Amino acid sequence: MADVLEKEEKAKELLIDKQPKEPLLSKKNRKLLNDPLNDNNPITVQVLGICSALAITVKLYPALVMSISVLFVMAAGNVIVSLMRNFIPNRIRIIVQLVVVASLVALVDQVLKAFVYDVSKELSVFVGLIITNCIIMGRLEAFALGNTVWKSFLDGIGNAFGYAWILLAVAFFRELLGSGTLFGFQVIPNAWYLANGGFYSNNGFMLLPPMALITVGIIIWVQRARNTKLIEE
Amino acid sequence: MQELVNLFVKAIFVDNMIFAYFLGMCSYLAVSKKVSTAVGLGIAVIFVLTITVPVNFLLENYILREGALSWLSPAFAEVDLSFLSFILFIAVIASMVQLVEMTVEKFSPSLYNALGIFLPLIAVNCAILGGSLFMQERNFIGITEATVFGFGSGIGWFLAIVAIAAIREKIQYSNVPAPLKGLGITFIVTGLMGIAFMSFMGIKL
Repeated sequence: MADVLEKEEKAKELLIDKQPKEPLLSKKNRKLLNDPLNDNNPITVQVLGICSALAITVKLYPALVMSISVLFVMAAGNVIVSLMRNFIPNRIRIIVQLVVVASLVALVDQVLKAFVYDVSKELSVFVGLIITNCIIMGRLEAFALGNTVWKSFLDGIGNAFGYAWILLAVAFFRELLGSGTLFGFQVIPNAWYLANGGFYSNNGFMLLPPMALITVGIIIWVQRARNTKLIEE
Repeated sequence: MQELVNLFVKAIFVDNMIFAYFLGMCSYLAVSKKVSTAVGLGIAVIFVLTITVPVNFLLENYILREGALSWLSPAFAEVDLSFLSFILFIAVIASMVQLVEMTVEKFSPSLYNALGIFLPLIAVNCAILGGSLFMQERNFIGITEATVFGFGSGIGWFLAIVAIAAIREKIQYSNVPAPLKGLGITFIVTGLMGIAFMSFMGIKL
């Protein structure tokens, strides 16, 4: 009996060895990258990471800086936690994850302070709040703890891009309608403004916090109207 | 005293964690389907904020800030450890949540059952870390101020989540456009509530 079992095991090992190696960007892996952009978007579908997403979308530039920071923290955090996934005791995993993320965020914070001080001042506490950004914890918990390094890396990048495009879309509308600029450049012609004898004036309301929520609400509306399988019962 | 009351009211209404800063939105959206669970989570947040903000205040003023270590020896007067603040704050929050959970379990099992899974979740609630980071940014003078600020912010968060849960319970019976159902309408309603809360802006006592 034992012999048979041994043989079976050996056969299994051989099978595993003989399986063709998965290409780096196989269909499954590409799905990891593409899904979070639409069908499984972290903000509009998974409802994660809204906390810091909305407060910094008054202008495009801070939103871009924030997206890049989140991209870095997500990719690196996912890779590190995935590397350690077999050594982390289950009971203290949240604390371990928090420490990994907090160290990465401290790094980002120092870099921002050194190179783009103005933006870092503008983002104020929201850089620190990347730590508790639910997307990061959520992906670590749901994905990196159970998957290989390369897959976790792709998942991190995919989700960060899903987060970034919503952030940039909200910031685009708020900056365009609220201050008439994009990335700080005047887009609405100056002659249109009331002060110069025109007919247009900026909608200052777009700059206020509640409008960020309503803009996201409308983005969700449009997305779900086009992608009907996302509609909630 | 008057200043404290002012700070308290400001923390609840004017600087409301949710409507002014969007902190703790994730759990706010995820756990607001029923009023009873919303009340449980709200109480847990008040609890943890009231404890962690003063603890982090002590940490900030006696360890992290530039020159804060001078009580140990004058030689440390120039040490600036503020780059460690994120890691220490989150560690304090995670361990405090763990401690609070154990204490509540021991002394009040009924409250523990009511709060249930919410307590451990709070460690990653942005409102908690946000409270500590705002405390750091605003340079409070004493520990009383920090405590009042933490308590007020907690109450503000509690009010917001209970209000949205009540609205969501009612909205189930309304005829919302299909793509807006659930998440979408909640965002828009929160935005409208935020506009209402903006009327508190600039109030001083």
